[in-house]
Amino acid sequence: MADYEAVIGLEVHVELKTNTKIFCHSTTAFGGEPNTHVCPVCLGLPGVLPVLNKRVVEYAIRAGLALNCQIAGFSKFDRKNYYYPDLPKNYQISQYDLPLAEHGFIDIDIEGQTKRIGITRVHMEEDAGKLVHQGSISTTPYSLVDYNRTGVPLIEIVSEPDMRSPEEARAYLDKLKAIIQYTGVSDCKMEEGSLRCDANVSVRPRGRAEFGTRAEIKNMNSFRALQKAVAYEIERQIDVLEEGGRVVQETRTWEENKGITMSMRSKEEAHDYRYFPDPDLVPMIIDRDWVEEIRASLPELPGQRKERYVRELGLSPYDAEVLTTTKETADYFEECLKSYPNAKIIGNWVMGELSRLLNAGNIEISLCNITPGQLADMLKLMDKGTISGKIAKTVFEEMFDSGKDPEQIVKEKGLMQISDEGAIASEVDRVLADNPKVVEDYRAGKEKALGFLVGQVMKATRGKANPDLVNKLLRDKM
Amino acid sequence: MLTISEVEHVALLGRLELTGEEKKLYQEQLSAILEYAKKLDDLDTGDVLPTAHVLPLKNVFRQDEAGSHLESERVLANAPERDGNFFKVPKIV
Repeated sequence: MADYEAVIGLEVHVELKTNTKIFCHSTTAFGGEPNTHVCPVCLGLPGVLPVLNKRVVEYAIRAGLALNCQIAGFSKFDRKNYYYPDLPKNYQISQYDLPLAEHGFIDIDIEGQTKRIGITRVHMEEDAGKLVHQGSISTTPYSLVDYNRTGVPLIEIVSEPDMRSPEEARAYLDKLKAIIQYTGVSDCKMEEGSLRCDANVSVRPRGRAEFGTRAEIKNMNSFRALQKAVAYEIERQIDVLEEGGRVVQETRTWEENKGITMSMRSKEEAHDYRYFPDPDLVPMIIDRDWVEEIRASLPELPGQRKERYVRELGLSPYDAEVLTTTKETADYFEECLKSYPNAKIIGNWVMGELSRLLNAGNIEISLCNITPGQLADMLKLMDKGTISGKIAKTVFEEMFDSGKDPEQIVKEKGLMQISDEGAIASEVDRVLADNPKVVEDYRAGKEKALGFLVGQVMKATRGKANPDLVNKLLRDKM
Repeated sequence: MLTISEVEHVALLGRLELTGEEKKLYQEQLSAILEYAKKLDDLDTGDVLPTAHVLPLKNVFRQDEAGSHLESERVLANAPERDGNFFKVPKIV
């Protein structure tokens, strides 16, 4: 089989966190009874005039700058024409040839290497409404339309076709999400649809300069789905070529349940959007002072924060990457660091136990019961020898469930570590007396036997005995 | 002169169903309009910037402040069909 290379570009839509829609004063609040967050403008009733929400431009500039783009001096809106019931006007107001931001990039980490992925453009547009189908989508003859989401501001971020594997596509989307979240212009929740991603995928024999024919993949509802869908599509296209066929330019939908992509439009009808400048909206001349003001207000971005963690805190690049992936996690980590200045230990707890419990309960770190100060207090209890590392995990889980202070939990449950030699010695004597065979094994040179005996003592003390002391006493007595 | 298939394409984009006679009629009329507009090609526009808007206006913004919504009954007043608060339309996939 010939050696193939995949070429991947992503189009990402992000909903901006404004109070009101892009061209009218209707709320952007998620949910609500169908067709209640609407007004004549977003319903596209005759005679209305859209007026641009200034904060949308501000947020789009903010995102553009965070993605290292150049911000246009002159920009305008265009009408993208197509018939579909999710658009009451039969056109979407978008930007065509003069987008707000262009020529950016983000750096991703892939197998320990940094790779730069180009950003072609960032433009503003309005979201469409939502179609609801009762029963099975394939059999129901009707679509029910809710226009609450119509006119919610979006930015579309188009990458260059710079990615070469599903892993790179995933890393790009992870990084993009982190950057946008840091800027505060969007929640970027894929499950709620505030971040959506389409992928353009093609393959070509390795070494060839021209791109192959691409397919556009839609309907990927999670980061994992993106990676799986792209991997599937690459395999599918290689199979088509290997069998002597040709890849058709088309839109394909990811079928999560079946784990495959399927052709969405049978007709090979080219899109004919007939873009033209929207006469209802006047052009924007972007004030440079405004752009610089927004640039100055940008927070430390994930890449910078990661570098600082490596440089100043001595964390490994991998740990620093994980801790800075969301702003909330990094903020939590740093808050904890204020009361307990050991980055490595805090990092291990945040990436280990904390993230395990958060994932299991599907809880956001911002809503976590354990405050950064409480985590620091618990780590101090470990340092003082009040609790062992093993007991700390129990205390941590209890803190996670109840939000109580670690000292209180240790007191209430009597989890204080036993470091009293006399108390442990009596347990040690009993365990030795109960297990003569194991003691023989140890004396015969089986080092493993010690582990069993330590376990027995720990069990007898309900995990509270100081493990170092237990080890020492057992060895001494044998 | 526009071809019949170009007329058919434009009709499809506009979701118009045309008879054979209408296609011919529009072929002539649309061609005449385009022919007329072609006069602009005679002008030298080499030094003219593309027009983004005919009015000398720029940067018209509104503040991000919420206003009132249209009440449901009025939203749905012209709906050919409804289901609760939803517009009900033929499914298009």
